[in-house]
Formats: sequence, C-alpha cells, structure tokens
Amino acid sequence: MSAASTTAKTVLSVRELKTAVATPNGQKIVVDGLSFDLHEGETICIAGESGSGKSMTALSIMGLLPEPMARVAGGSIHLGERELTGLRESEMRSVRGDDIAMIFQEPMTSLNPVLTIGRQLREAVLAHESVSRREADRRALDAMKAVRLSEPERRMTQYPHELSGGMRQRVMIAMALACHPKVLIADEPTTALDVTIQAQILQLMRDLQKETGTAIILITHDMGVVAEMADRVIVMQHGKIVEDNDVLPLFENPRDPYTAELLAAVPKLGAMAGKDPANVHAGDMLSAKVLEVDDLTVRFDLKGGVLNRVVSRVHAVEGVSFELARGETLGLVGESGCGKSTIGKALMNLVPWEGSIRVSGEHVVKAKTAAADRAYRRNLQMVFQDPYASLDPRMTVGDLVGEPLIIHGLAKGQELQDRVAGLFHRVGLTPDQMRRHPHEFSGGQRQRICIARALALSPKVIIADESVSALDVSVQAQVLDLLKELQEEMGLAYLFISHDMAVVEQVSHRVAVMYIGQIVEMGTRRQIFENPQHPYTRKLMKAVPIPDPALRRGVFEVPSGEIPSPIMPLGHDVERVQFLDLGDRHLVAQS
Amino acid sequence: MSVSETVVQQAVVEPQERSVLRRLLARKLALFALVLIVVIVGAALFAPLVAPFDPNEQFFEGLTLEGAPLPPGAEFWLGTDLLGRDLLSRLIYGAQTSLIIGIVANGIAVAVGALVGILAGFFRGWVETILMRFTDLMMAFPALLLAITLAALFRPSLWIVAMVIAMVNWVQMARVVYTETRSLSEREFIVAERSMGAGTFRILFKHILPHLLSSIVVFGTLGISTTVLLEATLSYLGIGVQPPTPSWGNIIYENQTYFTSAPWLVFIPGIAIIALALGFNLLGDALREVLDPTQKGRH
Repeated sequence: MSAASTTAKTVLSVRELKTAVATPNGQKIVVDGLSFDLHEGETICIAGESGSGKSMTALSIMGLLPEPMARVAGGSIHLGERELTGLRESEMRSVRGDDIAMIFQEPMTSLNPVLTIGRQLREAVLAHESVSRREADRRALDAMKAVRLSEPERRMTQYPHELSGGMRQRVMIAMALACHPKVLIADEPTTALDVTIQAQILQLMRDLQKETGTAIILITHDMGVVAEMADRVIVMQHGKIVEDNDVLPLFENPRDPYTAELLAAVPKLGAMAGKDPANVHAGDMLSAKVLEVDDLTVRFDLKGGVLNRVVSRVHAVEGVSFELARGETLGLVGESGCGKSTIGKALMNLVPWEGSIRVSGEHVVKAKTAAADRAYRRNLQMVFQDPYASLDPRMTVGDLVGEPLIIHGLAKGQELQDRVAGLFHRVGLTPDQMRRHPHEFSGGQRQRICIARALALSPKVIIADESVSALDVSVQAQVLDLLKELQEEMGLAYLFISHDMAVVEQVSHRVAVMYIGQIVEMGTRRQIFENPQHPYTRKLMKAVPIPDPALRRGVFEVPSGEIPSPIMPLGHDVERVQFLDLGDRHLVAQS
Repeated sequence: MSVSETVVQQAVVEPQERSVLRRLLARKLALFALVLIVVIVGAALFAPLVAPFDPNEQFFEGLTLEGAPLPPGAEFWLGTDLLGRDLLSRLIYGAQTSLIIGIVANGIAVAVGALVGILAGFFRGWVETILMRFTDLMMAFPALLLAITLAALFRPSLWIVAMVIAMVNWVQMARVVYTETRSLSEREFIVAERSMGAGTFRILFKHILPHLLSSIVVFGTLGISTTVLLEATLSYLGIGVQPPTPSWGNIIYENQTYFTSAPWLVFIPGIAIIALALGFNLLGDALREVLDPTQKGRH
C-alpha cells in the first residue's frame, strides 16, 4: 500500500500541530508538533496509550476541541488546499460531514435516542446537501444498505435502543459516509464492541474504503486492530510522535524503544501454545477444591403489560457447573450478555441465584444472618472492572483498604494501620500514599488499591471481573504479573472473567467458554486454545485481531449476524447443553 | 475513653478542621457570604441595641402632612411605612422572625425531606412505594391551601407558622434526595461495599450520605428564600406571623399597595431577603467545594 500512497493524492496534510489545554497549573501541551500526510484510500492508525494525545489530535482536526479550555496553539491542517486552523465555527461546520466525518467509540451516546434512525440519517444528508426530502431519504437508505444492515427499510423506522451495539456502529458509519467524505476519522470505533462484532465492523470499514476510496484515520489503543487495518502507523506518547512508519516494518522492527515496549506488552493469542501452565499450587487437586459450583442458575423476571406481571425472563445463567482448586485460575470468556459477569455477582450473593455453591467444601446457603454472610464473604472477594467506579471517591485509600477489616471486626487502631500499610507494600504502593484520595492515583495504581482491598480479608478465591480490561497494555501486564505473584505466594484461586481471549490465555490454567448463559466448552488452557472443539469457541478465536500484520487476514471469516438474546417468554425454557468428555476433562457441548 | 485519648484525638482532628475554615476564608465569595450572614444574624440577636426606634411606635413626624410615608432620610434612615413606623427598626426586628422561619422551618424541611428521600431511595420495595406516593400526594396538594388549612387548625404563632412551612416544604428535598440516592446505590462502589459484607448502616451513612451533602446543602440554602417568602404570603393572608410583630415578608405585603409612590417599602425588605438567601447560598456552595475531597488539588 505504501508504494501506492506515494502516487496517490494527498487529502489531508497536518504540519507541526500543537494543541494546548488550559489547566489550573497553567497551559499543558497535549499534542506537540504532530505532522503527517494522509493520502487517498490510505489508512493511518494513530496508536498510543491513554493520555498520549491521540483523541485530542482527532478533535483538533475536526475543530471539535472544547474551547476555550483546549485550543490549537500552532501548526497547520490542510484539507486539500484549504487551511482548517482558524476557520470560523460556521465554516468548519460545512467541512465536518462533507469533507471529514468522524465516528466515536460509544455509538449509543452519539445517536439521539428520541429520533428514528431514518430521520437522523436524513438530517445528516440534508445538513450538508440541498436535496429534496425524498432524495435525502433515498440517499439514507442507500447508506444503510452500504453498511450492510439487515432489513434496512425496517431499521429506518426504528429507534437507537432497538438496535444492538454493532448495528448502532453501522448506523454511525452510514451517517458518516452519507455525504461521501474524503476523510473518515474513527476514534476507537470498535473498543466497546464484542470481538465477533468488532471483526464485522473492521471488515465493513475495509470494504467501504475499497469502494469509495475514503482515507481513514483510525485511532486505537489495540495493537491487534492496528495490525489488521493500518497502512501506516503513528505511535504517540505524551503528545509527541515517537514513531511513524509503514505497518510491516513497524511491527517487525520497531525503531523506538517505546514502540517495542508497547508491542511486547500486548498479549498475543496463541503465544502460550505448547507451554503448560505454571504449576498448580496444591499437589492433590481433589482435596484442595476451594470453590465448587453446581447447576448455578440465575434468571431475572421482566415485567410488562398493564398489570405489571412477569411476561418474560432473562435466562442470564443456566445450569452452570465448575470447580476451582487452590492456586488455580479459571478463565471465563464470552461476549457481552453471555452471563459471565452474572456468575461473579451470584457468587458474591449480589443477585438471587439457584443451585449449589460450595466454598472450601461448605455449602453456601442464602445467608439469613449478617454474621453468616460475612463469614462466607471472607473467603471470596471481588475485583471489579473499573477501579475508579468501585472506590468511594470521598474516602482516603487507606480507609478504603482498611474497611473490610473494620466491617469484619478483624483489626482496629494501630494494628489496622499496620495491616493496611502491609497490604500497600504487598501490591507495590507505598504506605505514605494512604492518606490520599482515589482521584490522585492512576488507573493502574487504583486497580492495585482494589486488589489490596480484596486481599485484606485473606480470601481463598478472588473473582476478577474484567479487572484489567480498562487498563493500558503496559499497566495491564504489570497488574497481571502482580496477580500471578500473589497467587504463587498465597495459593489464591482466581475466577478470571474476561472478554479478552489473549489475556485469558496468558493467565488461565483452565478455561470455560460461555455462550448465552451456558458453558459450551471447558478444559485446560492447551485443550481450549490448541484444540478448540465447539464451533463458538472457534468463531471467537478467529475474530480476535492478531497483533502481527504479516498474519493479516484478507477477509475476516466471521459469520454475519448478532448474538441471540437470552430473553425468553414465560413458559419457554432454555435447552440445556449436554457435555461430551473428549478425555482428560475436556468438556464440549454437543450440538 | 480516657482523657489522654481524647486529647490525642482532638489533636488529630483539629488541624483538619482548622484547614477547612482557612480554606473557606481564602475564598472571597465565601468571606462575603459570611459577612452578610454575620450582619443579619447579629442584627437579629442584638435588635434592641441596634435598632434606632421601637419597631411598633407610630411617629407623628413619620408621615407627611398628606399622610404619606417618608422616603429614606436623615432621621428615619430607611424611611417610614404607612403607619409612620421606622422601616429600619422594623427590618432589624423582622430579621428575628425571618431567620427563625428561614433556618428552623427550612432546617426541619431539609431534615425530613432528606430522611424520606434517602430511605425511599435506598430500600426500594414497599418502603419506597409508601414514602414516595405520600410525597407525590403532598406535592400534588396545593401548598398554600395545605398551609392555610394547617394554620387555621392551630392558633397562629411564630412557631406554628414555622412548623406549617416545614410540613409544606420538605417534599422537593425528598424528591431530589430520592433520585440521587437511587442512582448512587447502583454505583459500582456501593456494589463493591456490599460484596465486602458492609452493613446497611455503614453504606447509608459512610458512603451514600457524604455524596448527598452537596445537593442537600445547595437545595437547603435555596429553600431559605422560599420559606421566607412563604411566611410572607401566609402573613399577608392573615394566618402567618400576627401583626404588629414585623417580619420581612409582612413588611412587603403591608406596604405593597403603595409600591408606586413608596417603592423603598417593598424594595428594601426584598433586598434583605435576597441578601439572606444569597449569603447562605454562597456559603453553602463554598462549603460543598471545600468539604469535597475529590476537589482537593484541583483548584
């Protein structure tokens, strides 16, 4: 591609772009001296970790900076012959959509929830071109067909909430492309989507680019997506370009140490092939079972109708059974809505459940007394996905970490202080940070605080629900290392819930794959990743973008369509899967 | 707890508190608000010493020959009212009434509203249904009509009027606190607390209430002006504070018919009400920021 791009027309040329943000401590340069040329039909990926200035770059080009807080402080942005910096808002408005369009990470928030899809698309066309309403509608429908939405006529009359996340992102792309822009800026367009849906959207963007020749600036933190999509890659750190190269040489032979570090930190699916997981702590597997779950079922009633009666049920979890030994990690993977997080909540007694849960051989009854409830919770703790949301922002982190000890009456006074300080040490923080509040820490540090809090009660099992998903890759690797260390030291068992196949492969001893409320395949890491048997497992693995452009697939072999819903009308029951043991406890659902 | 322990605890607590006050005083607006409040409260407390005249004395020289009130001048600084009484003295004595209404009545309304809202928002189920349907009922009922009914049942006195106003005014606070508690109790850190086994009491008072404080403070200070004005309305209808006891509200209503010829009689007490509300509002706003640890190091 790079050869072609030298002859192709330059559509966007950015020179020495400088973006400044006003902070209470003075001006901060968030984009510093960024220069690049974008050619027709080319895809440039801007990659970097959070705070690298990649989104600010996109907003600067679009003229969407939140002025006067942030502004372009220098440099030039040429769209063809036209200079974009310093354009008035009214002039910029005609550029946006017409010449440069943008799609965002979260399609739901970018769509107006009270207008139909068709109307929003029509408005998008009418805003930029003086055509008749009928013509605008026709163009809108064409755009819907172009992004390969099923039943486009019906979709036009639907509202955003009636569509799934993937369909909404298709609508956003349709809207962005309705006026045939020269440049499409996509800011983390697939980050909020499941892998199979992500693969569909990436494939769609590639196809559309081939048809229309639109140049794409793709902003992403995911090196897998970069490898699949980019012609050229710009790696940013602290607002500066650290490396700018064609995709193949960049991945093969990164010139900058930061790029190399970034690439090394990315978990790669298949990287663990052929290796057996590190030793499981206890010698005797059978006696060391710390968690046994049998036939766990969680259903939520949905009420409706005039009389507010139960009309249907969400079969979130249906008859799930698994066990976890001391020092073992069970990876629980699946796409959103498959019930993996609900299992975590059920284990923590946060949702009503049926079936049997045994912790260290003792049955968990739905505890009647607060004391019994507490005794049970001491053995089972949870680390949530978003470390900021799961810490009370008004308390000091020292108080937060010490809180479980106070609740369970295990320590107070000086002893409490000492134990909290010990926990801080253990997770790699210093005790003098105890008096600060959560907002004063970075994402990785906050997740360490959450881990320290979970460790406070010396539990046997920790449920990690997407615990590293919100972190940058380099930080993610550090947190995973910490978890591993703690496991080896204390014999902790982890139930590691994640949508990220590569991370699960890296940490798990055994893996369970979930699909609409049930486990469809379960076995050791090698059984699942080297010899996947269930069609859904295979589909999942195929959809994961591989951070190696040399292995780029021409076409994602992803079946179209959406994930079926776990909602059933009253009276209908979910068909339970039957397992077939392929030997050595490799269980596969029979289809 | 032994004496020495108490001393140690105080020593630990004090610097924190002093720094809150210092941080508060460092804000110009907060300082201004404090001055306003001190002036008004001081005037009310020391009314007999501060007021130049008896608030109820009708001066012969307080009216023009045609019987019209005097504009502000050398003898009666803020002028006189329809009956030739000194407006400044009535305003100073009226501050007593208005402060009692604004602080006591509003305080009760805030406390009741916050309690109802937090319980309904946190416990849901039948607690929510009963409390919130009752709140809706109170909201739908015309406040003035309710106040009139209640005031008519009891013999009007300052304290009864304060109670009546509190009973009418708690509903808005209940609504605001209810909605916030509901969304708060679904936040992940509350789920995290539950997953650790934290009890209801701890979650409610250590984790939910601190987050509600800012809304309670802001909404509570706004309520001061509302209650002062409601008292004025009741006084006007003859069921509020009984004449000749002055209150800022009834000064306005007694004199409003002369609004065009003697505008100071309406404007000056009006400005006093606004100053009171503004003072508490600015102070509340500053307090909210100073007490919020998540704002530390951000300004």
